[in-house]
Amino acid sequence: MEYLIQQLINGIQLGTMYALLALGYTMVYGIIRLINFAHADIFMIGVYTALFTATRYRVPFPLVIVISMVVCAVLGVVIERLAYKPLRYKPRLSALITALGVSLFLENFCALPFMFGPEYRSFPELIPPKQYVILKQYNITVTNVFLINLLVVSVLLVGLFYLVHHTMIGKKMRAVSLDKTTASLLGVNVDRTISFTFLIGTALAGASGVLYGMTYTSVQSPYLGIWPGWKAFIAAVIGGIGNIPGAVVGAYLMGISEVYATSISSDLGFGIAFAILIIVLIVKPTGLLGKKRQEKV
Amino acid sequence: MKKFLIIFFIFLVFAIVFMSCNKKPQEIRIGGIFPITGAAATFGKSSQEGMQIAVDEFNQKGGIPISGNKMLINPVYDDTAGQPEQAANVCRKQIDQNGVKAIVGAVMSKNSLAIAPICQSKGIVMISSASTNPEVTLKGDHIFRVCFIDPFQGTVMARYVFNELDFTKAAVLYDNGNDYNKGLAHFFEEEFKRLGGEIVASEAFTDEEKTVDFKAQLTKIKAAEPEFLYLPNYYAADALIMKQARELAMEIPAGGGDGWDSPKLTEIGGDAVEGCVFSNHFSKENPSPQVQNFVTKYREQYGKDPDALASLAYDAAYVLLSAIEKSGSTAGADIRDSLKNMNMEGATGKISFDENRNPIKSAVILQIKDGQQKYLTTVNP
Repeated sequence: MEYLIQQLINGIQLGTMYALLALGYTMVYGIIRLINFAHADIFMIGVYTALFTATRYRVPFPLVIVISMVVCAVLGVVIERLAYKPLRYKPRLSALITALGVSLFLENFCALPFMFGPEYRSFPELIPPKQYVILKQYNITVTNVFLINLLVVSVLLVGLFYLVHHTMIGKKMRAVSLDKTTASLLGVNVDRTISFTFLIGTALAGASGVLYGMTYTSVQSPYLGIWPGWKAFIAAVIGGIGNIPGAVVGAYLMGISEVYATSISSDLGFGIAFAILIIVLIVKPTGLLGKKRQEKV
Repeated sequence: MKKFLIIFFIFLVFAIVFMSCNKKPQEIRIGGIFPITGAAATFGKSSQEGMQIAVDEFNQKGGIPISGNKMLINPVYDDTAGQPEQAANVCRKQIDQNGVKAIVGAVMSKNSLAIAPICQSKGIVMISSASTNPEVTLKGDHIFRVCFIDPFQGTVMARYVFNELDFTKAAVLYDNGNDYNKGLAHFFEEEFKRLGGEIVASEAFTDEEKTVDFKAQLTKIKAAEPEFLYLPNYYAADALIMKQARELAMEIPAGGGDGWDSPKLTEIGGDAVEGCVFSNHFSKENPSPQVQNFVTKYREQYGKDPDALASLAYDAAYVLLSAIEKSGSTAGADIRDSLKNMNMEGATGKISFDENRNPIKSAVILQIKDGQQKYLTTVNP
């Protein structure tokens, strides 16, 4: 019993990591139907930003998150303006290929010696690590880092839901997502709304980067975004890409099932992600919470 | 005009290529194939530095006489990034384009396994500095190594844990995508069971360069209640594993193989790796004159202490260059025959080769104490 509970906690920790990343994929897809492959690399920039602000300037933890989010948000908007906007009314495939190109560029450019370099670094302890034994009789532990992760993610999620459903800009985002042309006829500035969506999505990736660094305390290389990126992307698809609550549900489903699968047999971990993806897509092609969209001719 | 320029440019390129091909070499080129970037980057850098010291020693003597001409040694270094495909590519490049006469490397076993068949088929001697998987030298009679092999390292650790630490229940957690990790884990388990111990959990993960979360496996291991945790992986993954184990309130001692030998282990692992033990090739605290000579030179050159990888690469390059000097030839077969009869004292102990071109030598057990490696004991084969 305690074994299953401990594994559940491990799974929630992993899911939390995927959730923030998955949101970025799903928001961008929701608004311009683009799978932003560069998202995982913006996440990587977030990790390195946190690393440098924390080690070189000794900035306190809350500020590290803010700086990381701002840097990633700015980068996200710049990428959107330079790489995706010129292709907005071109075939969708062009933008997809561009996204792959941006991703490769970010990874390899950052791996150059005068940028971040390719070597392993250790991530500083932003807050002194502690562990708590909850449920004494079962000897189940959680770390304060895990609790902070949960807290940060909850705050960001609540903020995001408020933004999307209770503000003017949120309303614009939903309008553009539904129908770009009509939204612009009704006076919505489509370009600015799309940029804003990128800004929010990539800011979340920045926050996610800080949490990643804090949890795993090591920064492998500028290629570190690839794996979490793929899993978060799968999570977004499982939840129904384009759907914000769906991304969160998908992320936790992925995290928890990955941990349980790994505990049954170590080799199953990554495979199970794809197995779930395939099953979900067969049973419900739009994803768990996704809605079917009428393609207009 | 534009056309003329293009043609002129093409001729220029051809001219440069031919000129560089026709240059008669007054030097012996020796390849160095190491992981300069990637998860084992510190290994690669140390190896290159160690090899360079051996090369410098020979060049300071005026080079190696080959049929009357003194030839200087020119090392050609290339990066594998830890990837077998890239290792194979740079190996072909070194042999076909750079014309190296012999190769020192690679470091990681999976990379050595990728380049050994290439060297063998081209008749080039390859001497691996740190690949401990038994398969490497079985690829052909041109393939040598100067480090001990996985059976020995896994076996030594099993004996040490069972006999010296008196533990009877051990668990293993390793990367099943890497020959080195699998080899150590396998031979540790085998010897530990043979001695009468019990392996209560044997867990794996895939690709330590990408995996950062080991909690699922660790929680399972914790439930099996081992007394010792064997982690035969590279330093970065093992440091992370130890951190996460401590987070799960697993306070048992742990250890690994020579993949732990990096300052980054304590940098990433911190208090979590304190007290851990691992088997290694070399200790700078060893008082033997060969060790101290190398340690002094290395300190002068780089301003820091050498690690095992540096000393192994130094030994590999040194034994190779001595063999070339002794045979007076740079032909692959001559170097090979000369190496087979080599018997010298290096920085990592006495080196001679058995019939499978593996060295016959001893291992040391080190412990992490206050963030430093302390010499515990030497274990003989």
